[in-house]
Amino acid sequence: MGEMDEEDVVMRRISKLKKESVREEMVSRFARIRKEAREFREQLAFQEREEEAENADIVAGCKSDLDGEAQCREPEGQQFTKNTKQKEGDLKSQDPEAKKQEDRRLGSCGMENGSCAAGVFSSGHSMGADFIRRYSRQLLVPSFGVSGQKKLSESAILIVGMGGLGSPISSYLAASGVGRLGLVDSDVVELSNLHRQIIHTEAFIGQPKVSSAASACLALNSSILVKEHGRGLNAANAVEIISQYDVVVDATDNIPSRYLISDACVATAKPLVSGAALGLEGQLSVYNHKSGPCYRCLFPVPPPPGTRQRCSDNGVLGVVPGIIGTLQALEAIKLASGFGETLSSRMLLLDAFSTRIHMVKLRGRSPNCFACGDAPQISAANLHEFDYERFTESTLSEEGPKAQELIPVNDRLSSAELKKLLESGKPHVLLDVRDSHEYVISSLPSSLNIPLSLLKERLSVLQSAVDSVVSFPDNPQEKEYPGLQDVGSSKEECSSVVPSRENTSIYVVCRRGNDSQKAVQFLRSEGFSSAVDVVGGLESWAKDVDERFPFY
Amino acid sequence: MKLTLEFGGGLELLFGSVKIHEVAVPPPEGETKVTVKHLLLWIRDNLLKERPEMFLKDKSVRPGVLVLINDCDWELCGTTEAVLEEKDTVVFISTLHGG
Ligand SMILES: [Zn+2]
Repeated sequence: MGEMDEEDVVMRRISKLKKESVREEMVSRFARIRKEAREFREQLAFQEREEEAENADIVAGCKSDLDGEAQCREPEGQQFTKNTKQKEGDLKSQDPEAKKQEDRRLGSCGMENGSCAAGVFSSGHSMGADFIRRYSRQLLVPSFGVSGQKKLSESAILIVGMGGLGSPISSYLAASGVGRLGLVDSDVVELSNLHRQIIHTEAFIGQPKVSSAASACLALNSSILVKEHGRGLNAANAVEIISQYDVVVDATDNIPSRYLISDACVATAKPLVSGAALGLEGQLSVYNHKSGPCYRCLFPVPPPPGTRQRCSDNGVLGVVPGIIGTLQALEAIKLASGFGETLSSRMLLLDAFSTRIHMVKLRGRSPNCFACGDAPQISAANLHEFDYERFTESTLSEEGPKAQELIPVNDRLSSAELKKLLESGKPHVLLDVRDSHEYVISSLPSSLNIPLSLLKERLSVLQSAVDSVVSFPDNPQEKEYPGLQDVGSSKEECSSVVPSRENTSIYVVCRRGNDSQKAVQFLRSEGFSSAVDVVGGLESWAKDVDERFPFY
Repeated sequence: MKLTLEFGGGLELLFGSVKIHEVAVPPPEGETKVTVKHLLLWIRDNLLKERPEMFLKDKSVRPGVLVLINDCDWELCGTTEAVLEEKDTVVFISTLHGG
């Protein structure tokens, strides 16, 4: 028992001593660590000061390198100097007019011969310090690396369309260091573009998209060359322009352009990255590459005109072309630098509503293809003779379908006549046959909305509106246009006039004056013989009667 | 035969704006197989809500529509003659042009 006690006491003492020594050791270790940390912080601060000074030197050095290089290397030197100046100018001034002039100058100079080699390397194609610093994070990607970056910097990529797809494509390709970028578009920047065409800014509204995009690309990366093709692509110039590049990206918004670009790529043996986006959906593929199909292999016959949808009619969520365009940039980089697996013979389908991506396997090149088959009908020599607009029954722009004429013009109202009639106080019903999601954006006061597709089943709604028709003057100019917040403010008011299907005027409007004619034809067949529609619809109202009308 | 049908690229508007349809398609009378040709007719008669010309043309789909059987281009499976199997997914997608 005593033995045990003694042992216990000894053990406790040992344990206590151990604890004390551990504590002491800990305390001294913490003190040491604190001291080291303090020293480290001081060292770090010193290094940062040193680095700042060094960076300033590097920036100055790069600039003088660039200037020096520019002097000794003609004709590329001119472009270098201009790019440098352009960048300086951009920093100094945000004046869009000055930018525009600078861009014009830039676009018209250099690279007219269309030869390759963008000249971003210092002599002997070794990589300069600024080159390594700029692309260091890409150089570190093993499968891309130095060889990928060099190939990319020696490549030339053409982007057709500077819209929702072209915006991320041109931004990423400029930033990633594609040697030479060609930008094609003949449109000007509009306010309704900006929600998705993010390369353009408010300052450039009304100016050519190619100027706006070129300026943004050079602001991102002044070491690349950017060429503007502001007249757009057509059958006459497609082969000549496309042959100046290594990879082509289709970022257009219309069917004839898609056939034209695909054919010209086949004729000049260039791979094509093709993307499209509408509403909440996107599609992406690579055509005319290896054993894969061209656009015509997949779609030998263009879709009938009535089946086509456009962004300006059907809408598009801005981020959707952003996603597809970014993926197009990826495919273009892979093709230009020769690494990775491309989407040749595959198609990516994006459903943004439920965030689903389908990867599908496509047919290969078709031996019967009109463009790339065993007996092709189209070549670089004869492509300019092909009428793409007639082939696809539409124009080389996002232009809408031609105004229809189901009813003779003299049996219809102009928007100005509609205004007079509305002000006259003549008993009437103003019927708007657009879809309800469009009607809530903006509409004429006291109008009744029955979408064309529902007109037949909701004829009784129209009948009751006729039965309780408005009988006093209705001056839409004195009222605010209903829309967005005040949905459904259209009123049906009582009247002392005895109305009927035959004598009550029904003025029918739609967005552009096509659906309204179909509605009138139907209404007349149902006995509403005084139904009449408005030529040009609300578009014409906004243009000819009241500019305040928020047309979309 | 139980099939999953999907419509995209705007074609869903012809089917009550519903993209995915789980359907049971019986084979034609006196036969056991369901071909895509038969499926197209079945869709026209049982599923299509409006404007058949927006979907079909000359016993096939209209130009500009891609047909994918289990995520594979129907050109690789025999187009209208392709024979479908239980639980296959058939996607009809209209080509998009917007940008
Ligand atoms: Zn082809």
